[in-house]
Amino acid sequence: MKDLLAALRKDLLLQWRGRAQVIAIFAFGAAALLLFSFAIGPDSAALREHAAGFLWLGLLLASTLALAESFEREMEEQALEGLLLLPASPRGLYYGKALANWAHLALLGVALVPVMVVLYDAGTLRLFSLVGVILLGTAGLSAPGTLYAAMTSQTRARQTLLPLLLFPLVVPVLLAAVKATSLLILGDPMGQLRPWTTLLAAFGVIHWSIGGLLFGRVVED
Amino acid sequence: MSRMIAVAASGVCRRYGRRWALTDVTFEVPEGALVMVTGRNGSGKSTLLRILATAIRADRGTVRILDLDVREDRDSVRRKVALLGHRTHLYEPLTALENLAARARFLGADPRRGPLLSRLEEVGLADRGDDPVQAFSAGMRQRLALASVLQQQARVVLLDEPYGHLDPPGFLLVDGLLQRLRREGTTVLMATHLVNRGRNLCDRGLVLEAGRLAYAGTAAQMPQPLGADGAGFAEGA
Repeated sequence: MKDLLAALRKDLLLQWRGRAQVIAIFAFGAAALLLFSFAIGPDSAALREHAAGFLWLGLLLASTLALAESFEREMEEQALEGLLLLPASPRGLYYGKALANWAHLALLGVALVPVMVVLYDAGTLRLFSLVGVILLGTAGLSAPGTLYAAMTSQTRARQTLLPLLLFPLVVPVLLAAVKATSLLILGDPMGQLRPWTTLLAAFGVIHWSIGGLLFGRVVED
Repeated sequence: MSRMIAVAASGVCRRYGRRWALTDVTFEVPEGALVMVTGRNGSGKSTLLRILATAIRADRGTVRILDLDVREDRDSVRRKVALLGHRTHLYEPLTALENLAARARFLGADPRRGPLLSRLEEVGLADRGDDPVQAFSAGMRQRLALASVLQQQARVVLLDEPYGHLDPPGFLLVDGLLQRLRREGTTVLMATHLVNRGRNLCDRGLVLEAGRLAYAGTAAQMPQPLGADGAGFAEGA
């Protein structure tokens, strides 16, 4: 727990110091949403229908930048190795970084919602439920994303490898998050929201558990 | 009375791809000794220190640090060993104090400003504690990395090119730190090309040639591994 708190504090501080990058990643996500809206055209019903899908696609694309960035700082001067040699627990380092990445992605998701509302005319009054879905969805992106970002951070083709590895794995998150968000925007007459959020929660529990177990093997020689 | 063996390496081999960086390296270092490790570029000095620090594993052979096996008791070894590597292990966007505070939290040490400033004072950086590392020169980064190594209060300290990037006062600073570590009974292995300086400071010497141990004995009698050119290296103040 000591190592987890120390890692979380360090990673949140690093994100705060790199806030210009956080803003740039938000701008990237917003630009993706704008471009997707051009692909649909001026049909307001179609825009609203696809809003949830594009929100999560934008968030997924932006998340690869955020996840990769979180390990750039670790690799510049092999700072992560320095912590492992102290020795810091790999599990504590993983959960600290995954929580910081989760906070970053959740903030990014929440910040993209007004962009979606403006571009796609797709709002909802169930704001707390929407934030809950964003929290569950971004938890499902952050846990495997942190593990794969660590795995690819030492490779030359990391910008390509991270999405190649991560995207197929998080298809269930994408599907469930899009469906749950759509139900919140377009209405949920059949009460389908709970099964989709349960799927998101189950995916999160599995991958947060696996990530903690595997991280040591990924970052140690 | 014989001293405890602090570092015992036996038949250590390590390869990168097809190239063997270390081949059958065997030596012992008594506790409290100050040992210079030297050899040409690519002779395996850094690889050896990284194996001793448990940063990488040996492909063959065994290493024991203070009677602990580096493979089986890795975390226990890490609590007793500190490494100054080629890379500084620092976070560039954080300030010097924030870097030390982050490490102090993992070490369970005091992360408050006062004790950390004293640590920075030891390496001549007390007035730059609030500056981000990315604004530091290479020499200042090296000084901060030295401070973070001292922060660990390890029984075995591994220094890979500790004089790298330093100015003449920095050379004297490292000399002073080495003498202090010796007084405290810390075992130090220092990889360096500054052979004459090492001979004056160290008790023992190891010379690596193409990954093999070519000499293990007293520092005073150590051969010049760099040939005639090596003697011409500037060795600072």
